[in-house]
Amino acid sequence: MNELLHSSLSGAQQPILQVERMSRFYGERVGCQAVSFKLWPGEILGVVGESGSGKSTLLRCLAALDQPTQGDILFSEQGEWLNIPALSEPKRRALMRRAWGIVHQNPRDGLRMGVSAGGNIGERLMDAGERNYAQIRRVASEWLARVEIDPDRIDDLPRHFSGGMQQRLQIARVLVSEPRLVFMDEPTGGLDVSVQAKLLDLLRALVRDMGIAAVIVTHDLAVARLLTDRLMVMKDGFVIEQGLTDQVLDDPQHAYTQLLTSAVLV
Amino acid sequence: MTQVQTITGADPHYNYGYLDEQTKRMVRRALLKAVAIPGYQVPFGSREMPLARGWGTGGIQITAALIGPSDCLKVIDQGADDTTNAVSIRQFFARVTGGRTTEKVDEATIIQTRHRIPEKPLREDQILVYQVPQPEPLRKLEPSEVETRNMHAWEEYGLMQVRLYEDIARFGHVATTYAYPVMVNERYIASPTPIPKFDNPKMDMMPALQLFGAGREKRVYAIPPYTRVRSLDFEDHPFTVQTWDKPCELCGSRLSYLDEVIVDDQGSRLFVCSDTDYCEEQRQANASEGAGA
Repeated sequence: MNELLHSSLSGAQQPILQVERMSRFYGERVGCQAVSFKLWPGEILGVVGESGSGKSTLLRCLAALDQPTQGDILFSEQGEWLNIPALSEPKRRALMRRAWGIVHQNPRDGLRMGVSAGGNIGERLMDAGERNYAQIRRVASEWLARVEIDPDRIDDLPRHFSGGMQQRLQIARVLVSEPRLVFMDEPTGGLDVSVQAKLLDLLRALVRDMGIAAVIVTHDLAVARLLTDRLMVMKDGFVIEQGLTDQVLDDPQHAYTQLLTSAVLV
Repeated sequence: MTQVQTITGADPHYNYGYLDEQTKRMVRRALLKAVAIPGYQVPFGSREMPLARGWGTGGIQITAALIGPSDCLKVIDQGADDTTNAVSIRQFFARVTGGRTTEKVDEATIIQTRHRIPEKPLREDQILVYQVPQPEPLRKLEPSEVETRNMHAWEEYGLMQVRLYEDIARFGHVATTYAYPVMVNERYIASPTPIPKFDNPKMDMMPALQLFGAGREKRVYAIPPYTRVRSLDFEDHPFTVQTWDKPCELCGSRLSYLDEVIVDDQGSRLFVCSDTDYCEEQRQANASEGAGA
């Protein structure tokens, strides 16, 4: 039922990402366990849960920054299913650069702080083989405008930007290569409320415009409500509840989700 | 100086070429691998040498591993044969091998160099040994050695281009004038060592074997004879070399790389060839022409 609904929503025949009973153990400890879900093109999936519930472990495994202990992560590439953990390193790295993007919680992790804003945005283009300076420059200023940074600041270093601008710059840097799938780890963490709201607006517009699929990890239910189509609630490494975002937040089934939703006003 | 030159045999207190035979073998094995994979940095067991690391110990170890009784050694420091570093290294090898040394490019079979490639084209029977302070061209951009090795392995060289982009964005042109990164054999990006970018085109399809030794960083790499070496650039900002308005004020050459020399405390300056051997040869040629006419 859910699957039918989603495939008709995005108009796509096939999910872009398919995770089957994926687990990551740290020795005896559980990072996340038996996680399964499907993600369709253009869909935004939220992952919520308290700290230590396995959200970031899940994201790291999905984004190929970490290897799952068990299970499959299948990514659809030109009609073929690629099992990410089983791919060879060069293929995985190529895929990471071409088809994926990762937005880190701290912009310092995702940006090159010693490189100007234009260089930061242009890096992925140059990675992909672009060797025309004027062209790189043009695309970089377009993207600065799209993320609402004054294109005059193209030659400024990110360290001269405010926290919110750094985060927007990071988003531009990730989206410039037009990835099909974006992973975001607490993209609005550490920003004040008004900046957060602007950033959310921007993210929603960009992701919708470009038809990107996204997995967003957050502990902020308001962010989940605003940004995501579907929600997964995690606790102690397990997915305890998943469904449409409004459904999960308005009519939580699991006791923990009820606790979570009653703890904040959304 | 004269005393050293009159020594006919090697100093008997040292093994021939200073290094022991096993070490020389190890260095030569690393060099063979380096030649087989042009531009790839091969780790080697860099030894303590009787001079400080960072003063050319990598180049010296390569030279020591290669030099034989029939070789004739030339040592260049910033283009000159008569500076402290060049003179000391030449004396060192004269002492531990008893072999011939020279200041003439034509006579040399091994040329160890720091910061310059001779102006005169090299031949197939010559070997150019570079002293390398930092073999990793990506180091200033990516501090992690693990990551830079991966980047080389998977040919992820966008970052290097970012460095050139930054130069153009800040200065309007690529302001890197030395250690200008090159693409070797269309596969590995390598550092040409701190030679001026003026010398970069000489590396392309050079008939001589080019070997690079970094003693402190424990790496060797190589560019075999007749290998394509391309300096990185942008389509709309192509690679260019330095030019000067005036010829060398000693020999009149317009083709050589010029050094600026301050000649007094009034701010007078002189632009002269940095390659002393080349300059000398040009002046002799001028003089004989003048005498002939």
